[in-house]
Amino acid sequence: MTALQWHEHLAIVPVLLPLATAALLLLIGEQRRALKGTVALGSLALLLGAALMLVLRADAAPMVYRLGDWPAPFGIVLVADRLSAAMVLLAAVLGFAVVLFSLGRWDRASPHFHSLLQVLLMGVNGSFLTGDLFNLFVFFEVFLAASYGLALHGSGAARVQASLHYIVINLTASLLFLVGAAVLYGVTGTLNFADLAVRISALPAGERGLLEAGAAILGIAFVVKAGMWPLCFWLPRTYGAASAPAAAIFAILTKVGVYAVLRTSLLFFGEVGGESAGFGREWLLVGGVLTLTFGVIGVFGAQELSRLAGFSLLVSAGTLLAAVGSGQPAVSAAALYYLIASTLGVAVFFLLIELVERGRGFGADVLALTAETFGGFEAEQEEVVGVAIPALWALLGISFICCALLLAGLPPLPGFIAKIALLDALLEAAPVRPLAWIMLALLMFSGLATVVAASRTGMRIFWVPERQNPPPVRPVELASIVLLLAATAGLTLQAGPVMRYLDEAARALHAPQGYVHGVLRP
Amino acid sequence: MNEAILALAIGVLAGSGIWLLLRPRTFQVVIGLSLLSYAVNLFIFAMGRLRMNAAPIVPAGAAADPAAFADPLPQALVLTAIVISFAMTALLLVVLLAARGLSGTDHVDGRERK
Repeated sequence: MTALQWHEHLAIVPVLLPLATAALLLLIGEQRRALKGTVALGSLALLLGAALMLVLRADAAPMVYRLGDWPAPFGIVLVADRLSAAMVLLAAVLGFAVVLFSLGRWDRASPHFHSLLQVLLMGVNGSFLTGDLFNLFVFFEVFLAASYGLALHGSGAARVQASLHYIVINLTASLLFLVGAAVLYGVTGTLNFADLAVRISALPAGERGLLEAGAAILGIAFVVKAGMWPLCFWLPRTYGAASAPAAAIFAILTKVGVYAVLRTSLLFFGEVGGESAGFGREWLLVGGVLTLTFGVIGVFGAQELSRLAGFSLLVSAGTLLAAVGSGQPAVSAAALYYLIASTLGVAVFFLLIELVERGRGFGADVLALTAETFGGFEAEQEEVVGVAIPALWALLGISFICCALLLAGLPPLPGFIAKIALLDALLEAAPVRPLAWIMLALLMFSGLATVVAASRTGMRIFWVPERQNPPPVRPVELASIVLLLAATAGLTLQAGPVMRYLDEAARALHAPQGYVHGVLRP
Repeated sequence: MNEAILALAIGVLAGSGIWLLLRPRTFQVVIGLSLLSYAVNLFIFAMGRLRMNAAPIVPAGAAADPAAFADPLPQALVLTAIVISFAMTALLLVVLLAARGLSGTDHVDGRERK
């Protein structure tokens, strides 16, 4: 073999860099906070650079990295195609913003926050890059293990109780993952994605039953992570109880589930899937629509802001799963754009909520809502005209408005472009199926629901005449939110090139011959 | 015969595991998860086809006939799965103890059902 050029090792950097950083951070004592923060932030900046380069390289040709140079179906491969590279970049942007935010105060809440976050990023990046089913399981376990630690970050009865449910549900899902992977191995004799795609298309009819059963079990393990109804009741509670930076980074964990569904369903049961082509699509479409419905009802009914954010996450998960289930390349491309926009949007929302709620007592939301409903507590308020809003509140309010626009899908932020692209792609198919019509209607309605819920809570928080002292917010925390919002603004300004990139990513997903050849090439 | 015994063992383990998983006490849930993971480990093993008295390692230098050997891959997978589920059970035990300490009850919901 020939020695690899340095840039050919780029595909493994997003896995190795966080791992090394996590180990290094463990060696630095908890009292040296400044050093720890600098190392974590520096590592994330490097990761951001590596992810950017990965995106540029993957745009030219998919990169296949064979560990130990073992030939493909036997050794372990990492594959960085357009989709994987874009997801790694998204994780890096989110990770950077979350670390920045945590420097304000949250990294002190309990030890090893930065190490856990790095391990989580390692697992997430690995899941996006791996080209092997069992390694996908291992990387899932890596980020789940870190996420258990992060869910518990800050401790307290509510967090421990929510984490207990979260851990048990995810351990059960992991066991289902193992069963599914084992059945696929038992039927096909391989675990490599590309090799699986080849062998599934050539499978005799008699073994298809077992194969589809295995794939269905595997799919259940994925949609538990993605938060599909009725497997999502843990999600709003766990995310609501988690500390703000943990909840913000968890926004990408549901997207790992969506990514796994997207990758495996299109690779195994896409056009080359033989007789099983399109297996499970109807289920995804129905499940996605049901999740969307549940999310919209939740958005209307949520009393606490953090629950509202959790249900927004379910709305986004439902939209994505339904879009994957519709099985058209144009819809997938729009869904990928929506995925990026909504992940950033929900993450900002979680961070913002914590800042806003800092100045208020526990349960203020519920009290305010009760007052609104029953008309109490208002008699002693006098008429106030033209109150000056302090600069900090104004900034938080503007961020809140941006966030609501992003999640509801209103212009000028990228949520709008994503929704228009989705609607356009769904209507392109002729004839439009009844389920697609329902999805269309729900998509519009979810936007309305988000606007109603956000304006209701927004007015309650920002347009109150008498105000306690502004919340103690540090500059880094504001910087983190501004950074994420700037990223979404960049997504709007560069919508053309981004859509072109995602369009090609989706087309490569729906015609996986290039992927299969790239991996199995001797 | 061997396959029937293995299938029965997996079935009994999985069945007991699922029943315990649905019980209201946290300790029962932990034991249920452990039993379930044993069942899954045996299942992975069975997916490499059951072979008696066959080595998974080919001797060095010899041209080997794959039919005479056991499939080594599920064995490697099981090893990984065992390590992971063991570590996760340990972690879950810590959370269980914390939940018991904070809520004063070992009910999974953190409060006794009235």
